[in-house]
Amino acid sequence: MSMIFGVPLAVLAGQLLIGVINGAFYALLSLGLAVIFGLLKIINFAHGAMYMLGAMSTVILFDALGINYWVALFVAPLLVGAFGVVIEYFLLRRIAGQDHIYSLLLTFGVALLIGGVLTNIYGVSGLRYSMPDVFQGGMKLGFMFLPYYRVWVIVLALLICFGTWFMIEKTKLGAYLRAGTEDSQLMQGFGINVPLLISLTYGFGVMLAAFAGVLAAPIYSVTPVMGSHILITVFAVVVIGGMGSIGGAIITGILMGVIEGLTKTFYPPASSAVIFLVMVVVLMFRPSGLFGKEA
Amino acid sequence: MTQPVNQAEIQKAILEQQNADNRKKMILNGVLLLLLLAAPFAMYPVFLMKILCFALFAVAFNLLFGFTGLLSFGHAAFLATGSYTTGYLLSNYSGLTTELGIIAGTAVATALGLAFALLSIRRQGIYFAMVTLALSQLVFFFFVQSEFTGGEDGMHGIPRGKLFGLINLDDNYNMYYFVLAVFLGCYLLVQRIVSSPYGQILKAIKQNEPRAISLGYNVNRYKVLAFVISAALAGLAGSMKSVVFQLASLNDAHWHMSGEVILMTLVGGMGTLLGPVVGATFVVNIEYQLSQGPLRDWVDPILGGIFVLTVLAFRSGIVGEIQKFVKKNLG
Repeated sequence: MSMIFGVPLAVLAGQLLIGVINGAFYALLSLGLAVIFGLLKIINFAHGAMYMLGAMSTVILFDALGINYWVALFVAPLLVGAFGVVIEYFLLRRIAGQDHIYSLLLTFGVALLIGGVLTNIYGVSGLRYSMPDVFQGGMKLGFMFLPYYRVWVIVLALLICFGTWFMIEKTKLGAYLRAGTEDSQLMQGFGINVPLLISLTYGFGVMLAAFAGVLAAPIYSVTPVMGSHILITVFAVVVIGGMGSIGGAIITGILMGVIEGLTKTFYPPASSAVIFLVMVVVLMFRPSGLFGKEA
Repeated sequence: MTQPVNQAEIQKAILEQQNADNRKKMILNGVLLLLLLAAPFAMYPVFLMKILCFALFAVAFNLLFGFTGLLSFGHAAFLATGSYTTGYLLSNYSGLTTELGIIAGTAVATALGLAFALLSIRRQGIYFAMVTLALSQLVFFFFVQSEFTGGEDGMHGIPRGKLFGLINLDDNYNMYYFVLAVFLGCYLLVQRIVSSPYGQILKAIKQNEPRAISLGYNVNRYKVLAFVISAALAGLAGSMKSVVFQLASLNDAHWHMSGEVILMTLVGGMGTLLGPVVGATFVVNIEYQLSQGPLRDWVDPILGGIFVLTVLAFRSGIVGEIQKFVKKNLG
């Protein structure tokens, strides 16, 4: 067995792979947060809850209605996204223009509310969800075993991330979005329904979280508290990348997953703290994050 | 045109008004103090002490958020550091008197507060909140993995010991009056700080930081000091909490605790002196009452709902809304 820095290659490769997969989830989730913060200046503390709702609804849709993974991949994010639009319309809209901190507090309350209700109904032990048969098994790469589902997660997450980045930064719709949030009065004057645009943007960011949730359902334990565990980490990722930077969120997400995986290989006790350590260091030298614009 | 007025008379009237206001305040404070002194005979002392500990925690947090405008999302770290340090010392050094254990816990939390402050103080607004959150997560992971904290199980059976080596704190009444004395001391300290010139500068920083800078104040130094005082008081709250309950647990270090103290402050009325105390009393009571009844499992969602309602509908909190009401209708 070949060794690298005293660690077997297979172990290292395995941890790296796990790192990239976790990184794909971080990227999807931090992307949603970055969209919501970058365009709407809302600090969405309910993001973890939306991710959890994506995963939970996948399981529930299957158990209750027999809706399979492929359909859930579309239906669950749409449902959760619609729920996000409702929250934006009834709650977040009322504190628009206030200090950003109120959006943090409000969505924190929403997260407690959603998490608490679901915990009461489903308990905190994990729900089971088996992946579609197509993904059973994997390929042998000589030095390690690569499960098909993990490949699928990485590919799909990257596609979605790239698509979102492209849409916001390169298309006309994205230009409207950015303009609508910069100067809503002017855009209103051009006949664009800015409040609708804002609702839909929030819904879209939330959809990204729910989508990550669906992808997570077959591999992670699906519980009402799964979101609150990952939320704080994802916030650290967004801050490291630069709050509101779309590309930064994606790149940092994957990077942090890998760093976490490497730490787990070489110094396991620090693995859960390493991202926060990186965040502190980055903020000392680059206050607006790696890819953020100087404020 | 207006009547010619006598300057001296106006000043006299203002002074009289102020005296009357002060007298009203004194009476109100006196009544509150009597209530606090008599409370353990009407209610379970340990429950009252729980309220006092959280009230102190919220008062500490409010000094930073309500008066200086800095939202720390990592105050659980100081509460936990105080409670673990004191718990560890009192459990392992039987010669140590209780007040020394509490002072040590407070001191360690203060030092940690200084470290947090130096790392975070240059960041603004939401970045500040996020840095303090990240730092407190580091502290959380440290406590999870350290052996002396008992990991997930926490620390149990911390002895209450004797105050000054004389007063037996195993007696709930003795313990209550000790906690009350510490609480009142800290409350008066914060009141003094807030009304001092230093407190005025803090308020100025909150309202318009660039202006405070342009007036020549070294804003960061004032902020660091506010942060350190706040961390010290939060640590003290944690230290006392560990003595009162004779346990220290990871709950104290979890970021949900940082959220809870924000809720207490917000519900009570941030930026008011009494607000955090009222807020802590309210939240601890709600948690307790709910945990007794059929809504036992619904504490979290109900707190979440209160959070949402407060932010949406009455952002100035209970005390703030009452003040507004009084000003509008009786002033």
